[in-house]
Amino acid sequence: MSRASRQRKLSFKRAFSVIALSAAVSLTLGACASGTPEAPEGSADALSITYIPKNLNNPYTTVQLKGGKEGAAELGMTYLEVGALDAAADSQVPFIQTEVQNGTKIIVIAANDPTAVCPALEEARAGGAKVITFDSDAECRDLFINQVDEKEVALGQLRQLFDQIGGKGEIAILSATANAPNQNSWIKAMREEIASNPDYEWDVVAEVYGDDDDAKSFQEAQGLMQAHPNLKGIISPTTVGIAATARYLSTSEYKGKVALVGLGLPPQMKEFIKDGTVTAFALWDPSDVGYLAAHAGKALADGTITGAAGETFTAGRLGSYTIGENGRIIVGPLLEFNAENIDQYDYITF
Amino acid sequence: MSNSKVEVVNENKLDKGSFFAKAWERVNKRDLFLLLALFGVIILNSISIPNFSSITTVGFLLMDVIPILLLALTTALIIISAEIDLSIASIVGLSAATIGSIIQRGDDMLIAAGAALLVGLIAGAFNGFLVAYVGLPSLAATIGTLALYRGLALVVIGDASVGNFPEEWTSFVQGRSELTGIPFVIPVVIVMIVWAIIVLHASPLGRGLYALGYSKEAAKFVGVNVEWTKFVLFVASGLMASIAGLYWVLRYGSARSDSAAGLELTVIAAVLLGGVSIFGGRGTIPGVVVSVMLIAVVTYGFRLQRISDVILVIITGLLLIASVVGPNIYQKIREKLDSSSRNKKASSVQ
Repeated sequence: MSRASRQRKLSFKRAFSVIALSAAVSLTLGACASGTPEAPEGSADALSITYIPKNLNNPYTTVQLKGGKEGAAELGMTYLEVGALDAAADSQVPFIQTEVQNGTKIIVIAANDPTAVCPALEEARAGGAKVITFDSDAECRDLFINQVDEKEVALGQLRQLFDQIGGKGEIAILSATANAPNQNSWIKAMREEIASNPDYEWDVVAEVYGDDDDAKSFQEAQGLMQAHPNLKGIISPTTVGIAATARYLSTSEYKGKVALVGLGLPPQMKEFIKDGTVTAFALWDPSDVGYLAAHAGKALADGTITGAAGETFTAGRLGSYTIGENGRIIVGPLLEFNAENIDQYDYITF
Repeated sequence: MSNSKVEVVNENKLDKGSFFAKAWERVNKRDLFLLLALFGVIILNSISIPNFSSITTVGFLLMDVIPILLLALTTALIIISAEIDLSIASIVGLSAATIGSIIQRGDDMLIAAGAALLVGLIAGAFNGFLVAYVGLPSLAATIGTLALYRGLALVVIGDASVGNFPEEWTSFVQGRSELTGIPFVIPVVIVMIVWAIIVLHASPLGRGLYALGYSKEAAKFVGVNVEWTKFVLFVASGLMASIAGLYWVLRYGSARSDSAAGLELTVIAAVLLGGVSIFGGRGTIPGVVVSVMLIAVVTYGFRLQRISDVILVIITGLLLIASVVGPNIYQKIREKLDSSSRNKKASSVQ
């Protein structure tokens, strides 16, 4: 019996010493650590730019990032992309933290929420990083790369709807996430235009959210048609939403009876144009947005621009740009697609 | 006669060492193993990941882990008593929505915080009422309240994302020590952990929880007030969730209806990894705390190297499976070794 207890004591002592040693080593490593995050080796050689999109697994995002990769490569910068799998407000914060800790100098982010990302972004800026928002704005950034002027985005879609169903009837909006800054700014402009323009007498009966998730958007589209059988038009200013809605409509009894307009990716929407579900939709070239962000980021990091209104810089193949008020840069005009020109835009692909 | 003398002498010798022997017996071997694993991962990460060893890691990691740690404390208590609370993340969201809507109306933060805690208490009490007094299985009841509370959050705050919380509150919650990087709220968290340890390991209520976990009927016969205990547990869980909600809102500076969506699965995974049996009756608070930190360190290390979240999810799942399957395999191996050594002794005696 005493032999057994001695064995117990022995293994206890052994285990205790192992634990104490590990604790000592790990605490020492932590204590010996630098007080502030050191810049990764080799950062002096190549500037690194990190893209944080709204979420991954989103074809629109992939096209944007393609442009970003192109721009970064042109300028000799190291390109990195990180992101969450869902577009929730706080999902991006851990990734911003990673960039803060790794000392990244240029962060390009499409904000899921205008304020939730700010505490982390402010830390990045305090550490010397330049923050550019693209596609979806937040409050705490040096520049905002806006693909198309919000009013133009709204007016273009309303015009396309008017051309198809006239100025009267019930319509609904199928958006992305409830807090997405970009969707909300477009929807706000749309509602203002509907209220003020005498030609537009639509009744906006519903505004639903597909959360930029394909399955959810499909279900929301189904729900819309069930709840409002007299619906004449659906506006979906999100590429995931319009693709899912088109898919639903094209296999349902409402095909051709309900007009669908919104922002869509040409490769995704092509089949629905060909089969008549969708007559017209709009967008821009998302890769231009990512490309311009890379050039703007380099210009900021080099000190060529500071983000003040009126400054100009050149962005490679896109030409020269002037910074507008409040650090906003508009990339270009709205592109409208229909049966005639859809085949020309196969290059906007992912 | 001489035998008893020898025995007395041996016992005295044992008494001196028996404190350690007793302590060694009381310490849960699995918790020790987890602790070793934690130190091992910290050491591994410090050596292999650049920028990991820094006070920035301490700060960010602890701030990320606090909601999960807080929720894991009460969830462990609940699972040990053979129940489960799946609505915790929805109560976090409901509290966040409450705070957001009160701040939006312009009222004081103190009122908002008090209201959030009250909401947590009521939500927990409703859960407790359903499980303890109506007698519903907690799995079914809390799946229902998971949806109910998340829906109420949407009713309370709608699509709004509220920001701009008072400076004093956010700077306390987001603040970290200059020297060590430890967040200011950590002392509060430590108090909660100590409270949980005292409740579970050093109080009659705690022993009652283990009894409940083994068998409800036996616990009743031993004198545990089953209904009251379960009710109090769910109230505590709701209150803790609302505290986590308050922290969440101030840490991210944003209150939304979908705050903390999906968090309950992370919490339960961490609790199970910490040695709490899903069938109840087994588990320790130190084990849970260590396993939460273990998952946090592994997650942080992956994110810092910009490894995709997809891989992270796979690794966490594997860890969880290993934590359930591992002890079984270990047990089988021990049995085999014990029986083979017994066979050897039997044959050597001959």
